[in-house]
Amino acid sequence: MRIGIDVGGTNTDAVLMDGRTVVGAVKTPTTPDVTEGVVTALQKLIAATQLKTTEIQAVMLGTTHFTNAVVERRHLAPTAVIRIALPATSALPPMVDWPEDLRSSLGNNYYLVHGGYEVDGRLIAAFDPAEVRHVARQIGDAGIKSVAISCVFSPINAEQEEQAAAIVREEIPGVRITISSAIGKLSLLERENAATINACLGDLADKTVLAFEKALQQMSISAPFFLSQNDGTLMNADFVREYPVLTFASGPTNSMRGAAFLSGLKDALVIDVGGTTSDIGMLQSGFPRVASQAVNIGGVRTNFRMPDVYSFGLGGGSIVVENPLQVGPQSVGYELTKKGLVFGGDVLTTTDVIVAAGTQGIGDASRVASLSRNIVGRVLDRIEEMINVSVERMKTSADPVPVIAVGGGSILIVRPISGAAAVEMPEHFACANAIGAAIAQVGGEVDRIFMLDKMSREEALDEAKQEATNKAVESGAEASSVEIVDVEEVPLSYLPGNATRIMVKAVGNLAMS
Amino acid sequence: MRMLTEQNIEDMALGAAVLGTGGGGDPYIGKLMALQALREFGPVRMLDVDEINDEEMVVPAAMMGAPTVMIEKIPSGKELLSAFKDLASYIGRPITAVMSIEAGGLNSMMPISVAASMNLPLVDCDGMGRAFPEIQMVTHTIFGVSATPMTIADEKGNSALINTINNRWTETFSRSIAIDMGGSALIALYAATGKQLKELAVRGTMTFAEEIGKTVRAARRQESNPVDAVRRVTNGFLLFKGKIVDIQRRTVGGFARGEAHLDGIEQYAGSKLEIDFQNEHLVAIRDGRYVATVPDLIAILDVDTGEPITTEAIRYGFRVAVIGMPCDARWRLPKGLELAAPRYFGYDVDYVPIEDLVAQSN
Repeated sequence: MRIGIDVGGTNTDAVLMDGRTVVGAVKTPTTPDVTEGVVTALQKLIAATQLKTTEIQAVMLGTTHFTNAVVERRHLAPTAVIRIALPATSALPPMVDWPEDLRSSLGNNYYLVHGGYEVDGRLIAAFDPAEVRHVARQIGDAGIKSVAISCVFSPINAEQEEQAAAIVREEIPGVRITISSAIGKLSLLERENAATINACLGDLADKTVLAFEKALQQMSISAPFFLSQNDGTLMNADFVREYPVLTFASGPTNSMRGAAFLSGLKDALVIDVGGTTSDIGMLQSGFPRVASQAVNIGGVRTNFRMPDVYSFGLGGGSIVVENPLQVGPQSVGYELTKKGLVFGGDVLTTTDVIVAAGTQGIGDASRVASLSRNIVGRVLDRIEEMINVSVERMKTSADPVPVIAVGGGSILIVRPISGAAAVEMPEHFACANAIGAAIAQVGGEVDRIFMLDKMSREEALDEAKQEATNKAVESGAEASSVEIVDVEEVPLSYLPGNATRIMVKAVGNLAMS
Repeated sequence: MRMLTEQNIEDMALGAAVLGTGGGGDPYIGKLMALQALREFGPVRMLDVDEINDEEMVVPAAMMGAPTVMIEKIPSGKELLSAFKDLASYIGRPITAVMSIEAGGLNSMMPISVAASMNLPLVDCDGMGRAFPEIQMVTHTIFGVSATPMTIADEKGNSALINTINNRWTETFSRSIAIDMGGSALIALYAATGKQLKELAVRGTMTFAEEIGKTVRAARRQESNPVDAVRRVTNGFLLFKGKIVDIQRRTVGGFARGEAHLDGIEQYAGSKLEIDFQNEHLVAIRDGRYVATVPDLIAILDVDTGEPITTEAIRYGFRVAVIGMPCDARWRLPKGLELAAPRYFGYDVDYVPIEDLVAQSN
């Protein structure tokens, strides 16, 4: 038995799964203190399913917590960036392409020092330990405890980043360091951005992991817990503390995979309507379609592999303004069950309008009986238009596509969607995210250097792919489901023997027999 | 004459990536540098070729090297200005305007930084109407303008002045120096008079790049098909839709060389496409048949968003559309083909204009 939990901005969902069967699913509001919401969800789930906590084998968590922190510029630790690059790169200093407010919430601390590599491995300039030490002292004196270190061509040679990290560690006790080569691929700005975002999330990662641990402890659950990352695979708690940025966009991945699982469809458009926003993505052969350009998170460009998702401000908690008519993007969020009219509050939300339209019996319908038919009709028109436009935007062909509607807010979909062959709302649609987390995939990674004077490139790639596949299967993936999702080559021309760094990632479904 | 706004530059950068035909360097870095310069030094004036007097001196400023290097080793910013100033002092005549040597890719943007910081106007033209990998592949060469005197500078403070007997030699020497400088360098070259420029310039290319960018943006806003919008605005042809199944990339001889392999999707299911590149895409071969070759343009776009994808950014699994676009008519003249026909790049095939190749395959 596995538990999947999704902590969203509005709701915390929990599901219990026995193999491929959904045994139970519950939904509770997210709380400002994450622990409380998770505990409540677990209590409700356990009560509903009569589960003994000793039967739980694993707990899988998906959360938008870290993404939201960056988007909302909250809980971000003051962070310094050290770039090893001078005299190169000074035209575009670290964080140059960031929104001003995000840069200042990190404190706008960056330092360029001498060093870095040429593409052929030569030095741009000599690495100067004294210079790094001087910078480290300044950072330490400013009381900053989070540091990102980048270096030109560090994916080819990480030595200078590691040297700098060692010096910073000596100078600043208790410092948290992210080196860019550990987190990104070639392309200095994007890799440095990812490392910097990761560094500023460190404290929050500690707190969040602790909150989850506390919640599970409180429920006497001793099973291991994992968090899902953006490629749909799992990582353990220690890894999350080290690399919180890898959880980015795991929400849409989970909902799309959950939708595929619940509906049995492999090629379809998934619309996940939450409390505040809706996400639309495409499933292709059962996998979320990956974005093929740099992805912006809260205005920061990174080169992570992420599902290509279009988000827009429509959800079950979206606030409706009557004159002139406006639906969203403002939302009552997790306060829907306090502030919504049908729940006794005084804010008109999309959920209230749906209740007034008579398609859903949620809360106290008498509280919206006085809404005019005209306003109900106009809001439904607007919702229909918002959905149609966004679906059209994400469709990959002119033909009608099957649509899977998931998420608690998908009760807003009461009209046919133009361009959709059929709209399917599978059982447990409201908890697709948590189900996606529970059925998270298992990955196998290879990252090593091949000597291409001894073997052909094809042989090396085949070997790396096979090795990654084997690793995925060893970690519990169903062999027939394993696919290669990423292949990356970096020629290391400074090494003899036509050396090439080959990175392959294989991903497969968790075997669930 | 008009003043360039930040939005103009955003649009130009997007369109320039289409004209970059996979190479030219990611305009993103160039765009950031241009925007920085604009904020620091104020707006840039852009002039039509006709607004330049015959005796004025117009010089392109550019980055040369492998795009795979440029995304890592970003310039210091000083080297471009030093190359430009060194050339001006060697020529001994005031340079009155800056131009782009190639409207495709990063080099659409580099002159904007120079124009802003030196308070010079930018001319709405380039020497290619696209991007090409080698120094001599410009309309300046077709019309007998020498690439040298040329200056080349790196971030370390090194610089060199090159004088050669022809533009092919300029390529040879400058490439060796660029490799020694780490695989990318900043250059100023091809000083031309206003009179020469009126004859050789590919006119209006900055505006054209902007137009492409605007079209893509509008198509995205109106939820219509951006790939189709790019095809229409460039008079291009859809050559393929597919998934990247292999990408081979090496930085050799100062270039990013390699090939991309695609498996067809949608109406192209069952077909395969190979695209070879030397910085820029050179040829597209579908199921063993050439469907587009240099000097025509080949662009890889995200199949849904129309976002152009440069060779250094292509990754396994991407779903893309491939568009072929006709080149500027001068590249199809004997002197143009001498510089940039498929045979020059080692392909045993004669150049056939893309519109004829498409007509044949239908």
